[in-house]
Order: sequence, then structure tokens, then C-alpha cells
Amino acid sequence: MAGHGTFQPKNPILKWLERRLPVLSLMHDSFVVYPVPRNLNYWWTFGGILSFMLAVQIVTGVVLAMHYTPTSSGAFDSVEHIMRDVNYGWLLRYIHANGASLFFLAAYIHIFRGLYYGSYKEPREVLWILGVIIFVLMMATAFMGYVLPWGQMSFWAATVITNLFSAIPGFGRAITQWLWGGYAVDQPTLQRFFSLHYLLPFMIAGVVVLHLWALHHVGQGNPLGIDVKSDRDTVPFTPYATAKDNFALICFVILLAWFVFYIPNFLGIPPDNYIPANPLQTPPHIVPEWYFLPFYAILRAIPNKLLGVVALFGSILVLFFLPWLDTSKVRSARFRPLYRQFFWVFVAVCIGLDYLGSKPAEGGYVIVARVLTAYYFLYFLVILPALGYLETPRPLPASISEPVLPEKSAAAVAMGARAPERKG
Amino acid sequence: MATTKAAEQPTRRDFLYIATSVVGAVGAAAAAWPLINQMNPDASVLALSSTEVDLSPIVEGQILTVKWRGKPVFISHRTKKEIDEARAVKLSDLPDPQPDEARVKKDKEQWLVVIGICTHLGCVPLGHEGDYAGWFCPCHGSQYDTSGRIRKGPAPANLEVPPYEFASDTMIRIG
Amino acid sequence: MRKTALILACALATASSAVAEEQALAPRQSWSFAGPFGTFDRAQIQRGFHVYRDVCSACHAMKHVAFRNLAQPGGPGFSEAQAKQVASEYRINDGPNDKGEMFDRPGRLSDFFPSPDPNEQAARARFNGALPPDFSEIAKARGAEAGFPWVVFDAVRQYQEGGPDYIYAYLTGYGDPPAGVTLPPTQFWNNYFPGHRTAMRPPLQNGQVEYTDGTPTTTEQYSRDVTAFLMWVAEPHLEARKRIGFQVMIFLIVFGGLAYLSKKKVWADLH
Repeated sequence: MAGHGTFQPKNPILKWLERRLPVLSLMHDSFVVYPVPRNLNYWWTFGGILSFMLAVQIVTGVVLAMHYTPTSSGAFDSVEHIMRDVNYGWLLRYIHANGASLFFLAAYIHIFRGLYYGSYKEPREVLWILGVIIFVLMMATAFMGYVLPWGQMSFWAATVITNLFSAIPGFGRAITQWLWGGYAVDQPTLQRFFSLHYLLPFMIAGVVVLHLWALHHVGQGNPLGIDVKSDRDTVPFTPYATAKDNFALICFVILLAWFVFYIPNFLGIPPDNYIPANPLQTPPHIVPEWYFLPFYAILRAIPNKLLGVVALFGSILVLFFLPWLDTSKVRSARFRPLYRQFFWVFVAVCIGLDYLGSKPAEGGYVIVARVLTAYYFLYFLVILPALGYLETPRPLPASISEPVLPEKSAAAVAMGARAPERKG
Repeated sequence: MATTKAAEQPTRRDFLYIATSVVGAVGAAAAAWPLINQMNPDASVLALSSTEVDLSPIVEGQILTVKWRGKPVFISHRTKKEIDEARAVKLSDLPDPQPDEARVKKDKEQWLVVIGICTHLGCVPLGHEGDYAGWFCPCHGSQYDTSGRIRKGPAPANLEVPPYEFASDTMIRIG
Repeated sequence: MRKTALILACALATASSAVAEEQALAPRQSWSFAGPFGTFDRAQIQRGFHVYRDVCSACHAMKHVAFRNLAQPGGPGFSEAQAKQVASEYRINDGPNDKGEMFDRPGRLSDFFPSPDPNEQAARARFNGALPPDFSEIAKARGAEAGFPWVVFDAVRQYQEGGPDYIYAYLTGYGDPPAGVTLPPTQFWNNYFPGHRTAMRPPLQNGQVEYTDGTPTTTEQYSRDVTAFLMWVAEPHLEARKRIGFQVMIFLIVFGGLAYLSKKKVWADLH
């Protein structure tokens, strides 16, 4: 549902531009008059939050790159130079490091919102797939970014993860050495990671544009999961969604500020990363960033090296097929009582896997990790396909506006009107 | 939009929106400042903003070139002849009139300290060269005298005298 | 289903304490720089600097700290003249001069603290293969995370002092090895060092460093003061960070309140 309104500027300069490149009416159609369902809840604000966080990461990243030295001999010292001598360098570094964590927090909430409300279902399959692509790009970006400070954890996380590729039979070692640019993680690896870390966010931005285009073409989902039937079901994006997104964003920024100013090393920078990288000494516990821990737990749950790697990539790959794995015609979990329970268990499983990823892979931890990994794959590959047939969904309301608005005849609704209904 | 309501209560609602927008704008400006300020010279650069030079090894007639803030600085231990030549010049002959006395420290006239960057387009002039026994810039032919003043050529101004102080008779601090 | 999930979560939490931690967690100390309004005790970190200079700097470098940092705001509060004086007491290797030789000269404000050894190998040769770690970030490079769920409380309590707690515990944690354990002469028993066998002999003794402000000259006091100093070394902008953080939080709460009221006003028409 692209916006209906056409924006006619009165200013002659803007008119001149509009005739040649209608960017103003594009903005107007997309973010002012664009109709959104009136019943969106706060789980729908995370798209806007994510866009903001992407901008924050790009801006802080670009200015950090003005002071960073991407060499194995200079990287650690350059980060300390940023923290100590660059004006507000400490602030920029902490925003960038904690911003990455909060970027993933928002992404996970955004994804789980999608899982709960069936945002990946017809006609939003491509929208969902673009989102998974963004998620994969985010993971690659974050992984490479973490290597750049060249601390102990940076170096050894890079070593462990790049070594995964050696599990590929046949040319695994060749691929790994190609990634490294040498026989181990070293200067060539660091420098190429810097180049790609700078590049990927702009690719993410490009896919985000496609993601927004796909979204605007089909329109937002909503908590009821039913299609928009008429103008009564929607409100214009500005000021309704804008005001809500703005408030939610500020709350999110408060959370970011809490980390940046008061506990800046809590999430992202473990003590080991304040020790310069030493290829001859492995830290006792190599732990990836918290947002990678569920996948790390899945990797280590499988006793076989190659199958573990397959499971790791499989756990992400399975997301691409979700629109077809979930066979239910009902979108929102509000009307799917059985699905809802499995969903919450899935949430608990993911949190459990996150916790286990930080623990040593021994004893009881491994057993639980295997159970949780089994559920993870069963959820997508068995439970979701089966539920579509086995579950009896609750009856859906007739329309979005029906539960909230008093009855009005269709004629009373002005053509293309955006005015909210008055009572009485 | 909500224009029908606006006519009934314009001021209260508008004030809230205006207040929110203003606070937001203030926040945006405050957030922008560190992003801009980080490009300013950092603490380690500022720490190197002054250089001390020991004058004792510079013999009469010698010009020493030192680096200050990334730029060359000429320290010329002038002979009496050079000082007299500089003082004898009529100010009206100078494209950028400035008496020699104004370019050196009192009682230390044998020491001329100038930034070694041609005021034309930034090349480093060669010492003890040119028609005025001062400096000659090979890029476009500007010529400076024994007080570092422009005499001939496309350069518009005299060689700049940096801020400096005598820490002692044999030590100057530039910057 | 939900109950199962909850039981699962509890099981995981208790499992963490079941896995034996052979390492004692450093007990928590109270530090002046802890908490949202924490600041450095200037006198304390000045004393700590003296301990570093008189005792630790013989073996430990601090290469990211410059003499000018001693005079910057939020630090030990030396004047620029005092910092210059400290700098001039050090010999800094510089060069090459016009003859192509390296030479030693007195330190300047812009210089960084020189390392006691020219390189890592020389340091290791001095200490039987052990390398005394550089002190620049050591207060952030140490400290163990408390298990779940305590770690959540730490996030709310803003606990960032794991490093200083560990360093203080280590410095005051030397003791005799348990019965039946003998250590070679190059190793010393420490209750908090991972593995207990540390290569540094107890560095502090009572009365070793002179304090001019009447503070007791005990090992415990030295440990406390040098730890606080090392926290400043690792986080020189800590005070500015917390101060600006407070301003930002107040601003965001006000802005958030306005945004909330605006949102409510915008949406009021719809119902």
C-alpha cells in the first residue's frame, strides 16, 4: 500500500527539484501520509530504533576510523590513544562498542516480534528474507569489528571462528588460509577485516532500503495479524507512528546511555580484551560477544567438528525458510494458543543457549545445550510445520478497527481522509 | 489530520510539541559536538605544540632548521653585516613593510626565528641564497632578505615569525 | 510449557554454582570512584603514584601514560610545573641526532613513561621468563565476572570495579602455600592469583614508601592507594564520563517525558 497523497510544494525551488527528482514527495509518501495500522503496539517501534542504531554505528564508526590504526602493531595502541587523547574519544569508543550490543538487542526483539506475530507470512516473505540477510550482514560486521581492537579476545575469537572453515572437507584449509592471508590470524587478517568492517554497514544500509521498500509495498503487519480492510484501520505515519517511535527511541537511548556512561565494559569489552593480542598464549575462557552465544552453544553442542559447523550455519539458514516451514494460515500468535506456548519455550531455549554459550563446554552444560539445540531445530523443522495442521486457531476479528471503533457506515468515512474519528 | 481539534486548543498542544522539538534540537546539537570536536587536535598533538631549541651549537652565520608543529622553522644566527643590511632597508621598498626590529627580540637581534614556509604557495625556501642574501624559493622565485622579508617575487608577505620566548640566553621555546 | 521453561532457567542458574571454582573471587572493596557519582580521591592517587614510582616502576612499564596526564583534570591533580618536574627526573631515549646516534635526555611533559626494559625479551630475561605486565590498562584487564544471576545485579549496581578488587586482593593476598606444597624459589603463593603460583615476590613492605600527608605507611594502605592510582591510569576520563552521564540521563528523562506526553496528545484524538 504505497501512500496515496501527492505532495505539491509551494516553494518554487522545491517545485523545481520535485519535477526533476521527486525526493520530497517520496519522503512525504513514505513517512508522512503513509498509512499504518492503528493498532500497532510498541513491539513495532524497533524498526525505527534499528535504523537509528545503524546510523549511530556508522557515524561513530567513521569518526573512530579517523584515529584508528589497522595494523597488528598499532591497533591496540591506537584504541588507547582514542580512549585517552582524542577529544571525546572515550565517549565515541564506548558508544560504538555498546551500540553494537544494543543494536543486536533491538534486532533480536525485532525478530522475535516477527516470529510471534507472523510477520514473515504471505505477502511478507521477501521482507523477512531481506531481514535475515541484514541479520547475517550484521553478524559478519560485528565479528570483524570485534577483532579490530586487537586484544586477546579479539585475536582468539578471530582464530576460533576462522578455524571453523577448516572443517570443510577438502579445501577447508585453503579457504581458511585465504581468509587469513597467511598461516594464522595476523596483520593481513586484521587489515582486511578493517576494510570489510567499514564496507559492510553500507551494504546493510542498502539492504535496509530494500527492506523498507518491501515493507511499504505490502504494508505493516499488526498485532491481530489480519489485513488492513479500509482507511478506518489505519492512521498516517506522521504524527502517530512518528510520535510513538520517537518516545520508544528515547527509552532505548536511555538504556544505551546507562551502559555507555556507567557500565561501559560490562557487555562488550571483557577484561581479556584490555590485554594486547598474544598469539602464543590463549586466554583460559574464550567467549564471544553475548549476541553470538546461542550460536556458539549450538556449535559446541555437536561433538563432531564438521557437523557442529553445519549446525551453526544451519541454525541461521533455517530462518530463511521460515515463511514456508510455518504452515499455519493464521499470522498472529494471539489467535494461536498452541503455537504461543511453543514460542515461549523457544524464547526460553534461546536465552538458555545464550547462557550456555558463555560456560565451559563440559559436564552438565553440554547435556543441556544438546537438549536445547534439539528443541531449536525441532521448533523450525517439525513443530511449526505440524502446528499448521494440528492447531485450532481462535476466531479472528473482522477488521482491525472493529474491536476499537464504534460502528460507522462506510459513507461517513471521507475519501482518503486521515482525520481520526470523533466520538458520538 | 488533527487540524479540526487544533482550532479549539492551539496553544497547549502546540507548546508541548514545540517544547519537545526544542529539547530534541538541543539534544541533537549536544550530541553533534563530540563528533565535530574529535577532529580537533587531540591531547597528544597539543602536547607537542611547543618546541625548545638549544642555540649554543649554532655558530654565527649559520641557519638551523628545526621542526615545530610539523613545519620547518629557520633559526638564523645573523652576522653583524646581515643585521645592518636588514636595518638599512627603506620600508617603502618593501612589498610587506615591517622594520627588522619588529621581527626579532630586543637585545637578541642576532637571532632571527621565522617559519620556513614561503608565503606564496608553501614551498620551503633555500637559505643563504638569492639577491638579498636571505632566502630564495625555488618554486616560483620569491626572494627574502636577511630579516626574512619578501623583496622580490610572487609571495605577498614576509616569512612568518612564530611566537617564541627566550627561556635563557641559549634556549628558546617556540610556541 | 511456560512452567517448564521457568524450571529450566532455575536449573541452569544453580548448575553454575555446582561447577567448582577453584579460584577465590576477590572480595569487594569500597572505592571512592565507584558508583554513578564516584570520583578519584586526589590525595590517594597521588600517593598511589608515589608507590608506583618508588616500587613498581622498577619492573612495570606504563607506556600509555604521559607525564602531561599527571596534570590533566580528573587525575592526581599535579600542577603543570609539578608534572614537568616529575618528567625531568626521567631519562628518555631519543634520537637519532645529527651524528646518527641515539641519546638520553630529560623527560618532557609530552613524553610517555619510559619502560624499565628496552623490550619484552630483556624483561623476560630479567625475571626467569616472566613478563611484568604493563600497567596502562591493568585495572580493566583483570577481574572475574560473578556468575548468573549476580551479574544482572552488577549491571544495575554499576559494578565496574572487578579489576581494582582483584588487584587489591592480589597485593594483600600473599601467604604461605598449603601443607605439602613446596614452591621453587622463583614462585610465590598468592591466594587470589589464578593457579596461586605467581612469579612476583611480595612487592610491598611496611614503611617502604614515605607518605607526607600522615597516611599510615602500611602494606595494606600502599595496596589500596596504588590500586586506586591504577584505576585512574586505566580510566583517566572516569570522572568526566560519570559527570556527563548524569547530565545525559537527566536530559533524556526530561526529553522522554516530553515525548511521552506528545505521543499521548497525538493519539488522544483516536479514542
